[in-house]
Amino acid sequence: MSVNVSTLQARISGESTASSPLSTEEYFVNMGPQHPSTHGVLRLVLRLDGETVRDVVPVLGYIHRGIEKMGEHGNYRQFVHLVDRMDYLAALSNNWAVTMVVEKAAKMETTDRIQAIRTLVCELQRIQSHQLWWGVFGMDLGGFTPFFYGLRDREQLCDIFEKTIGARLTMNYIQPGGVMYDIHPDFVKDVKTFLAYFKSKLPEYDTLMSENVIIQERLRGIGKLSAERALALGATGPVLRASGVAHDLRKSEPYGLYSQVDFDVPVGTTGDCWDRYWVRMEEMRQSIRIVEQLIDNIPEGKTFMVKPAAKIKVPAGVHYSHMETPRGVLGVVLVSDGKESPYRIHCRTPNFNNLWCIGEMATGGRIGDLVAMLSSIDLVIPDIDR
Amino acid sequence: MSWQVKTMAERTGDLLPGSPWTAVLYVLLTILAVTAFVTLCGLVLIYAERKVSAHFQCRLGPMRVGWHGLLQTIADTIKLLLKEDIVPRDADALLHILAPVLSFAGMLLVMIALPMSPSIQVADMNIGVLYVTAVSGLGVLGILLGGWSSNNKWSLLGAMRAGAQIISYEVSATLALLVVVLFAGTLQLSGIVQSQETGWWIWRAHGCGIVAFSIFMIAGTAEINRTPFDLAEGESELTAGFHTEYSGLRFSFFFLSEFLNMFVLAAMASTLFLGGWMPLHVGHFTVFNGIMDLLPPGLWFTLKTSAVIFLIMWFRWTFPRLRVDQLMRLEWKILLPIGFVNLFVSAACVVTGFYFFAG
Repeated sequence: MSVNVSTLQARISGESTASSPLSTEEYFVNMGPQHPSTHGVLRLVLRLDGETVRDVVPVLGYIHRGIEKMGEHGNYRQFVHLVDRMDYLAALSNNWAVTMVVEKAAKMETTDRIQAIRTLVCELQRIQSHQLWWGVFGMDLGGFTPFFYGLRDREQLCDIFEKTIGARLTMNYIQPGGVMYDIHPDFVKDVKTFLAYFKSKLPEYDTLMSENVIIQERLRGIGKLSAERALALGATGPVLRASGVAHDLRKSEPYGLYSQVDFDVPVGTTGDCWDRYWVRMEEMRQSIRIVEQLIDNIPEGKTFMVKPAAKIKVPAGVHYSHMETPRGVLGVVLVSDGKESPYRIHCRTPNFNNLWCIGEMATGGRIGDLVAMLSSIDLVIPDIDR
Repeated sequence: MSWQVKTMAERTGDLLPGSPWTAVLYVLLTILAVTAFVTLCGLVLIYAERKVSAHFQCRLGPMRVGWHGLLQTIADTIKLLLKEDIVPRDADALLHILAPVLSFAGMLLVMIALPMSPSIQVADMNIGVLYVTAVSGLGVLGILLGGWSSNNKWSLLGAMRAGAQIISYEVSATLALLVVVLFAGTLQLSGIVQSQETGWWIWRAHGCGIVAFSIFMIAGTAEINRTPFDLAEGESELTAGFHTEYSGLRFSFFFLSEFLNMFVLAAMASTLFLGGWMPLHVGHFTVFNGIMDLLPPGLWFTLKTSAVIFLIMWFRWTFPRLRVDQLMRLEWKILLPIGFVNLFVSAACVVTGFYFFAG
């Protein structure tokens, strides 16, 4: 197993790999930083032979904000709200990842109610994130309509979050020691209404996209990623599971209340775009199952264990904890020198590793395939740059 | 009931011996009418597309400018008129300017041959079908030039895609047209319409008609670069394809000709397969036919064309885009063989007189 590391200059000045006698000249195109399909400011340097992609070099750094460095200047609770801005489609998961490492290091107690609420909102957000991905996926494949269907249903979840959390995107909800506010009195009722609604809408997703013959043609056998290469590149989440590795931290290292609920981990077989599509579609159904099991059994108890103004002190040393976000494993390394603010924080974000799979997949494909592959990885660019 | 076809060209001819100046005035009025029609039709089509797409996508579409957003398109046109017109520094300026005009001209030239009613047709050539096939190919020249002269790699990719695509699909579209020409026994468009007096070719031709209609719709959608065949534009792949570098009025020329090409395709489909301005007739059931004749032919044409346009919009807002190689495979390996077989079967039908109301 090896991963090629080289500079952009070296990759660009490489020898022509044109195989056909008809091919004349290879050329380079910058896909991004401003491009409709990179969903943000990702820049891909493509080496093309006509329509065929010969090489893809991702160039990063267009939305680097120094979130990790900024974290060193605030206290632990302040860092939580910075990580909202990493994977902005899964802000709650980011919150929880930081909270988890701090709680583990500082040995803070939590109640079952806190864990239940955290599990619930994170699973709802997994659905929400996958809804948006589904719509955007359709749009990248050239059909505009799925985008609006996905956003229509996502809106319902946004409203639920807004009622309890007060925000729709950057939540800052899960904090070391609990959750910011108790759930809204309507929360249980709203979630049940949503589940009933969304379960009736999922078949619509299938008729519009999954069963469409063009979608099947565009996705099957495209962008294959073997389990071995996926592991070598450090891919996680649906990208890894689609390649046939049943790695899900919710199952293997259960946190929250995941050990108490019954759910399956969908796994693909070939690791092509269709498998990645299908794994995410199935994950939405599994998340519905999890939410259904928890929503009626939210235990009573406190929702915040420490005083909001209390200073959190983490013992000196290196601490690590990780969890499963909608896009894969988010690990947080925390180096503490025993003071109020962290000495160093590093996030191992899922998108950064998943991005490098694109080079593996795209070589030899068409430009249209490249767009499908990019979308099937479900990238959030601020999570790559941080 | 017999239909008296009188085109505008013929009326000019009638006027010419009497007073040449009236004839000139009539020609000028005709030109003005065509221009006005093109503009109005564009406005209506863009508004319709916005509303249709909106309702396919669970939204309302334009609602603010005018009643239900009726004036939105006009506002957008004014915006486009006022926009800065940019020609990239390294672009081939002459070709860059010429491209949208060519694209527009291709569409406009087809427009004058369309029989919209017995009395609304600019020119009725005896080789109408051939003429339409020939001049509609001019549009691809505009797209190719536009993409090439922009000096942008995305544009060039889009243009090359468009070139390959339109030329390939023209073969299938022409084969489908030939089926109707065989049955009607004429290339004249008004003649084809009149040949459907006892029924439309889509059902009279024993299956050949419906196959040809399907092929024509698929190939036609590909020719006018609409989803699922919008590879030349390919918003998510090529940013905007061949018109990436166009802005303002020049962009709106491309845009307008794209929308009017949709009208032209729908009008051709309804003329050839759905009877054009001919009311719905079934054989010699005079009472039924008489009732159908109560609606004026122009309205029939409008209704049929609108229905086909709605179908094309429905395609666009439902299907995702094909990939380049799949597009070529669909044409050369699937549509073309079916088209050929269909043509031979139709020829056999015509020779043996095996179709409805052959007498």
